[in-house]
Parts: sequence; C-alpha cells; structure tokens
Amino acid sequence: MIVASNLTKQYGIKTAVDDLSFTIRPGIVTGFLGPNGAGKSTTMRMIMGLDAPTSGSVTVNGRRYSEHAAPLHEVGALLEAKAIHTGRSARNHLLALAATTGIGARRVDEVIELVGLREVARRRAGGFSLGMGQRLGIASALLGDPATVLLDEPVNGLDPEGILWIRNLLKGLAAEGRTVFVSSHLMSEMALTAEHLIVVGRGKLIADTSVADFTRSASRNLVRVRSPHADKLRGLLLGPDVTIESPEPGTLEVTGLDSEQIGTVAAENGVILFELAPQQASLEEAFMELTRDAVEYHASTTVAGSVA
Amino acid sequence: MTTTTDMAAVHGTAPVRKERVTQLRVINSEWIKMRTLKSTPITLLVAVVIMVGLGPLLTWGNAAHSSQGAPPFNGAELSLGLYHLAQLAIGVLGVLMVTGEYSTGMIRASLSAVPKRLPVLWAKAAVYGAVVLVLMTISALVAFYSGQAILSHYGRSVALSDPGVARVVFGTGLYLTVVGLLGVALGALIRNGAGAISSLVGVLLLLPVLSDLLPSSWSTHITPYLPSNAGSALLNVVPDPTLMSPWGGFALFVGYAVALLAIAGVLLKRRDA
Repeated sequence: MIVASNLTKQYGIKTAVDDLSFTIRPGIVTGFLGPNGAGKSTTMRMIMGLDAPTSGSVTVNGRRYSEHAAPLHEVGALLEAKAIHTGRSARNHLLALAATTGIGARRVDEVIELVGLREVARRRAGGFSLGMGQRLGIASALLGDPATVLLDEPVNGLDPEGILWIRNLLKGLAAEGRTVFVSSHLMSEMALTAEHLIVVGRGKLIADTSVADFTRSASRNLVRVRSPHADKLRGLLLGPDVTIESPEPGTLEVTGLDSEQIGTVAAENGVILFELAPQQASLEEAFMELTRDAVEYHASTTVAGSVA
Repeated sequence: MTTTTDMAAVHGTAPVRKERVTQLRVINSEWIKMRTLKSTPITLLVAVVIMVGLGPLLTWGNAAHSSQGAPPFNGAELSLGLYHLAQLAIGVLGVLMVTGEYSTGMIRASLSAVPKRLPVLWAKAAVYGAVVLVLMTISALVAFYSGQAILSHYGRSVALSDPGVARVVFGTGLYLTVVGLLGVALGALIRNGAGAISSLVGVLLLLPVLSDLLPSSWSTHITPYLPSNAGSALLNVVPDPTLMSPWGGFALFVGYAVALLAIAGVLLKRRDA
C-alpha cells in the first residue's frame, strides 16, 4: 500500500510534481502513466526516500520508507536500470545489497536464477545491455521478497520476450497480494499489464481510474460506412441520439448506432454497402488525448494529417 | 530466458527472514563492495609498493650516495619518507569509495537499501579506515625494518626502541589512515571524483606550499595548523619546533577529518540522492 498526499517537488522554479495524491492498493498491478517529464520518476524517487518532497508526504505500508527497519523487505524498487557500479559483477552487487539486511548468498543466487542472469552473474555489470541491466534491477527489487514492488519503466530496453516475462511476473506478484506500482509512458503496455491507472501530466494528477473504465470512456463507438448511396443512407439513419459525419464523399462516420443496426437499415432499404466497420479509438489515442495539454516536450513539427 | 516465472521462486526455497538493517550489516556490505572492485586492490598495491618497494630504495640511495656535508638524516624518517607519495594513492581511493557510487548510479541502490543513509557513510569510513590502518601499519613496519637493514651497513640504522622512533613508525599508519578518511569525507561532500581529488591534493599538498608565500609574521600562525602539517608533526623523530607537538598536531588532523565527515553526514541526510 502506497499513500501519497499532496506530494509536491520543486527543483528551483520548476515544479516536477504538483500536489499529487493517490493510493496504490495491494493485490493489483497499478500503472503509473504519463508522458516523459510528467514527474513519474521523481514521484518514485520520493516514495523511496531518495528525493525529499518540497511539501506533502508519501508512505509505504503505513510509514515513510526510511522509517522501516528492514526496508528491502518492505519495498523492492527498480528506479533506473544500472543503478550499479559498473566495475562490480551482478552477483557481488546483489551480495552487497543483500548484506545490509542479513540476506545470504543462497537468496542472491535464487533471484539471479529467477531473472535469468545466471550465465552472466559473475561478469562486470558495466558490460551489460540495457535489458540485462533491467533484469538485474528486478533481481535486486525481489531480493527481500518485498510486500511492495516499485518499477520505473521496467520494459525499457527489453526484447519482446523480456516484456512478456515482465508482464507475467508483475501479474503474478500482484496475484500474491503484493502492491505493484509500475510506471510507463506506453499506454498499450499498461493496458495489458495493469488493472488500475494513475495518469499524470506535468506533475499533476490527470486520472485515477481502473483500466476498464478508462478504456470504456476512451472508446468512441463509431462505425465507418462506405456506400454509393451515402446521402440516402444518412437520411435513413438520422435520429435523436445519432450523429453522422462525412469525412469524404461516399463515407459516413456514425455514432449512436452499432453496425448491426446500420446494416439492417441498409438492407431493408436496398442500400448497397461497400464497407461497414466499427472503429474503436485506441487506448494510445485516448491517452494522448488526455495528456495532450500536459506533454512536456512536443515535437516541433507535425506532418499534416498524421495526428490521429 | 523464459517468459513465465515460477512464482514460488520469488519467495525463495526458504522464506526470506525479515531482518533489520544494522550498522554491522552495513559495514559487512561496504566490505563486500570494497573488495569486489578491481580498483581497490590495485590502488592499495600501489601504496604498498611505494612504501615497501620504493622506500628501501630511497633509503639505500641516500645512505650510499649522500655527498659529504649533506644534512644529516634520521634512519626512521628516511625509511618512511615516501608516505608523502603513498598518501596520494590512499586519499584518492578514499575519494573513489564514495564518488564511484555517484558517478555510476550505485548510490541510489545503496541508499534504497539503507534509507537512513548515515550508516553507509560511517561504514565506508570504518571499513576503509581499518583496511588502511592495517595495511599501512604493516607496510610502515616492513619499510622501517628493511630500511634499517640497509642502513646498518653504513652504521646509521636506528632501533624501534630509540626515542621517538616507534611513534614515527606507527604514526605513519595512523597518518595515512586519516588521509584515507579525509578522502572519504571529501568524496561524500563533493560527490564528484575530479573535484574531490583536486580538493584533497590542494588541502594536503598545496596549502603548505601556499602558506610559505605568506609573510612570516602571518605564516607562523597559520602554517602549523594546516591539516597535513599538523598531521605530519607526528612523523618527526625529534619534534619540529615550528610545528605543533606530535600528538597535539595529530589530534588536530583527526579533528579536521572528523569535522569533514560530520559535515558530509549532514549533507548526505539533506541532499537528494
């Protein structure tokens, strides 16, 4: 359980995290979503006590992280890949961290095995790829068998196989009743992994919602119809809760009716249909819509027509 | 690599016992960190070679080739004189013990494991201080005895039991230990390797040179109290009247290191990692 109340962090005049309040519950994967620069990493660093909040507070399992007597057993965190001395082997890195709380070599070898790094565990971590660094970071997060797991952009640098592995691992951890809080700037990834979402932009809370609700609210039920008798069809379909747009001649975009209803009306009236296609706005589009005003760094040029 | 994880493995074959972070455990952790980096044995070896390898060579050179009328030397001071050089290796490694963690990002992992933070600094100082003390005391003894073996051929050796000699021999290990602690403290204060090493060299080597530029009416009030001058008062067989008393000077030297460590501790607690 992670509880943030009015969490704020300012660096000079820049407000990285702005009055953020949320509760992360155990037993589910909670996604922490926002564009780059939205304050996700800063928030996670404050949860781990690495950065001090300018105001507000955040607790893990009832207390500030630094007040736990056995912190590695409370929270396991991957804050950035390669928070590791490049000259040390992966195994020695984990042994040193484990020693702080009396965890022995057997457990270290266990987590190395768990993340699939056995063959490279004795090599210098400086030579690790980003993906291997992520796996090592996850190994260190799991070292203390913690009740709460915090991962900042864990899929960065992982190959598809690794991404699938993380996804399953996170769901498994949550299913065991742990609190799992995972940040990402990819909505599509969160849609597959998370059950609940905290969405931030420019340090502010934009949404605190279940993925199911988010998906539902995001989907516009729009049906695209192509017909040589588009104008006739338009007249037949129009009704109180129906809106119809025509982006180009011969094409209608209908909201308020589903494809079965439209097809039935067309058949009854002898209207020929070339296309009858229900459209769903992708989650990615919905996410971009939601955070459009909050994106920190816009690309300076946009190719006309490419914006969804 | 697999895409699914046996969740039983997350718990481990034996339940992971929830044990507290203690200062002793953090010391153990720092000991593991220290001996698992290649730079540690290499740098320490450099310091040892300077003391026990170059030391006797210098002793022999002075004994065999001093020209007539050259100022007299003391056999103990001569055999240990290369502490001037060894202190650089010891101090730099002390700096790197801390700044290496900042430059690599390791510090975030260290402070996540020990969020109270201060135990990490104390453990680094304790581990490194102990290692330097043991290693440099042994090195000083070896350098002293091999130096005296050479000097005995020229009838100029001294004994450990001669007045002031034991203080100089064991003082060399003590002095270098404090240099190592200064390195750790400066590393933690400045958090940047190049900056901390320059500061260390400036404090130990340049300040005494600069103070010589001052008018003598000023420098007599400043020079003896500079860190390396205060500390090296311990390393003269016959106390130097222009410096502080041997143990008084060393106490001040320790005081500097303790003060810097304390400030480093306060900043470590306050600053974002």
